[in-house]
Order: sequence, then C-alpha cells, then structure tokens
Amino acid sequence: MNAATLYGLCSAVLVGLGLYGLIMHPEPLRKILAFNLIGGGVFLLFGVVARRGAAAGFGGDPVPQALVITGLVVAFASTALALALLVRLSSEPGRANLPSEGSGEEPMGGGPL
Amino acid sequence: MVFDAGLAVLVLGVAAWTIVARDTFAAVVGFIAYGLLLALVWVRLAAPDVALTEAAIGSGLTGVLLLGASTRVRRTKNLTAGKEPAAALRLAAIGLCVMVSAAIAVLVLLLPEPAPTLAAPVAANLAATGLGNPVTAVLMAYRAIDTLLEVVVLLLALLGVWSLAPDRLWGGVPGLHYRADPDGILTFDAQLLVPIGILVGIHIFWVGSVAPGGEFQGATILAAMWILTTLSGLVDTPSVSRRWLRLLLIAGPAVFVAIGLAGFAMAGAFLAYPIEHAKLLILIIEVPVTLSIAAMLALLVAGPPERSLHR
Repeated sequence: MNAATLYGLCSAVLVGLGLYGLIMHPEPLRKILAFNLIGGGVFLLFGVVARRGAAAGFGGDPVPQALVITGLVVAFASTALALALLVRLSSEPGRANLPSEGSGEEPMGGGPL
Repeated sequence: MVFDAGLAVLVLGVAAWTIVARDTFAAVVGFIAYGLLLALVWVRLAAPDVALTEAAIGSGLTGVLLLGASTRVRRTKNLTAGKEPAAALRLAAIGLCVMVSAAIAVLVLLLPEPAPTLAAPVAANLAATGLGNPVTAVLMAYRAIDTLLEVVVLLLALLGVWSLAPDRLWGGVPGLHYRADPDGILTFDAQLLVPIGILVGIHIFWVGSVAPGGEFQGATILAAMWILTTLSGLVDTPSVSRRWLRLLLIAGPAVFVAIGLAGFAMAGAFLAYPIEHAKLLILIIEVPVTLSIAAMLALLVAGPPERSLHR
C-alpha cells in the first residue's frame, strides 16, 4: 500500500466520522463543524486522485488540485453564511420559532436615514 | 511511510475529538488543529498550493469564524437536555456511517490503474499561458470560468450575510466595536505584524505565477491583516454602505467579466486570451480580483451590520 492509498482510506473514515456528527449532534454549530469535517474528507479524496495522476514532471494532476482550491473557498463562504444565520437566529430572544399570527408585533420600520 | 501512517492516525484522532468533545469551544479548537494537520497531508500529497489554501482558509479563517460564533450562540443545552438520542438511533447512525466509509474505501482500493490524468495536456499548453505554476494556469486560464463563478459565490455569500441585518441597521457597521488598548499586546501585535503581513500577502500572490501561492492564498493573508487591525481596535470596520467599499468588492468580478467578454473579440471565445498577451491579461485580472477577495473574506468574518451609522 502506498501513501496515496493510505490517505484515501483516511478520507473514507473522515467522511464517516463527519456524517456521524452531522446526524447525532443536536447543536447546529456542531452540525456545521461536522459538515466541514466531511468536506475535508472529500477534498482529501480529490488530493489522492490528483497524486495518483502524477505525470509530465508534476507531483500531481494540477486540475483536481485547482478544483480543491476552488472548493475550499466555496466551503468557507457557505460556512460563513450558515454561521451568520445561526448567530442571527440565537440573537432573537424567544423567537426561535415562527411568530404566531396576530401577535401584534410591529415590524421595526425605516432604514438608516 | 511511517510518517504518513502516523500523520493519518493523528488526523483521524483529532477529527474524532471534534465530534465527541462535549465542549463546543474544545471541538472548534480541535477543528483548527485538524485543518493544520490536513495542510501537512497536502504537502505529503505534493500539493503545496492546496496546503497553503487549507492552512489559510480551511483552518485559519474558518477557525476564526467558528470561534466567534461559538461564543455568541446561545447555549441550546437546556433545549436538548434529557433528549439523549435513543440507543437504536445511535446504532443505526453508526451502521450508516460505517457503510458510507466502507463504500468510499472500496472505491479507493478499486481506483483504475494507471490513473487517468490531465497533467500531460496541462504541461503541453503551459507555455501558452506565460505562467510557470500549473495550478495557477488551471485556475486562471484553462478553468478560468470556475474561478470567476467562485468569486461571484463569495460575493453572493457576503450579500446573504449582510441581508441578515435588521432593517434599522441596514447599511451600518459590521461586527462589534473593539476599543484599542495602547499598551495591549494585541495593539503591539497589529502594529508589528500588519506591515510585514501585507508584504507577505503581496509576495505570495506575486510568486503564484511560477511557484506555490496565488491570489486566494495572498488574499487570505491580506484579509487576516485587515481582521487583525479591526480586532485590535486600531481601525474600525467601514460601514457597508460606503461607496469605495462596494466598488472594491465588485472591481475584481467586473474586470474578470470585462476581460472575459473581450475574449470574444480577441480570441473568439469567452475568457479566451490571445497567446501573445495571455500573461499580461491574467495579471490585469488577478490584481483587482485579489483585492476584492481579500475584502470579501474580511467582511464575511466581520458578519452582518450590527451598529447603525449614527451613534
């Protein structure tokens, strides 16, 4: 077994671990964390495929490597959006659920003047 | 091989810790360590460009975001206390995850030999781009459309974050206000590190054409310097309604699209570069895109507007 295969098996276990956390953790923040763990495993699988495609004097196939760089940035963007939603949700006291009809709450009007 | 096996065990151990740790803060710290260890794995897989990105964005910036969120999210323990998942559910989840892992492991062991690769065509056409780093060539020439869409995704995510602001704070200043402590270690750090960090960021961006590095890695370092100056309280985050800030954010995507459209006239396709000017055009795209990405990353970390303009 070479190093690429070893890391390939490692990525398989990482996806399983992350999936377990995603299913079992009740806290949303821990779910986001577990989701990123899965992402790390999937990216690592790309890296293994890239390493196996080493040719033409390169240490790995540059195409999947470039895709992983794109993927890492997109994963960061989605994590940032998910965490912002989570912080916003928890900053609303007692409003974790949709308000019932006719609760009489006036919307905060007006933008910055 | 012994080193690789040890590293793999370490990665799996830290990953398991982030899942089983009871304390959220400890789990987040575990995740940051996980990202840094993965960066080492990327070096072992001969992918230094990805290693830089993983350490900077996957571990660093994501870690800052998670740490910030973990201190601000209300404890939901009281909601979930006494709802310990049933043993049957736990067993089912373990079974499912083991099956998924086993399926991926089998696929890894059954990967075709010899492996399919695009390395040869990349090498054959590298000279036409005027670049020396094959990964940058893929990002900026062969698959430039992916990179363009990625910058747009960052911009859309930022718009999503901003739109979480309550109506009265729309157009206000993102994040909390940090008061500068003139004798504090953070102020000293910011004053000492930021000028050096900006130089390092520009260098990483510039060498990306011939060596590991590039716009995303350089932009992340620039964004980190921005975050450090605001955290130390030396400079406040600008309000999101500032015109120069909005121009900075769209400069990169706008130049990218403009040169992409000019490709129709110059070389007959979207984002095609004429061979004699390829490197120049790529540089003209990369400079504003790097600055735009740095601003987007820093503002994504800062979060939605939380202070109104008039205070």
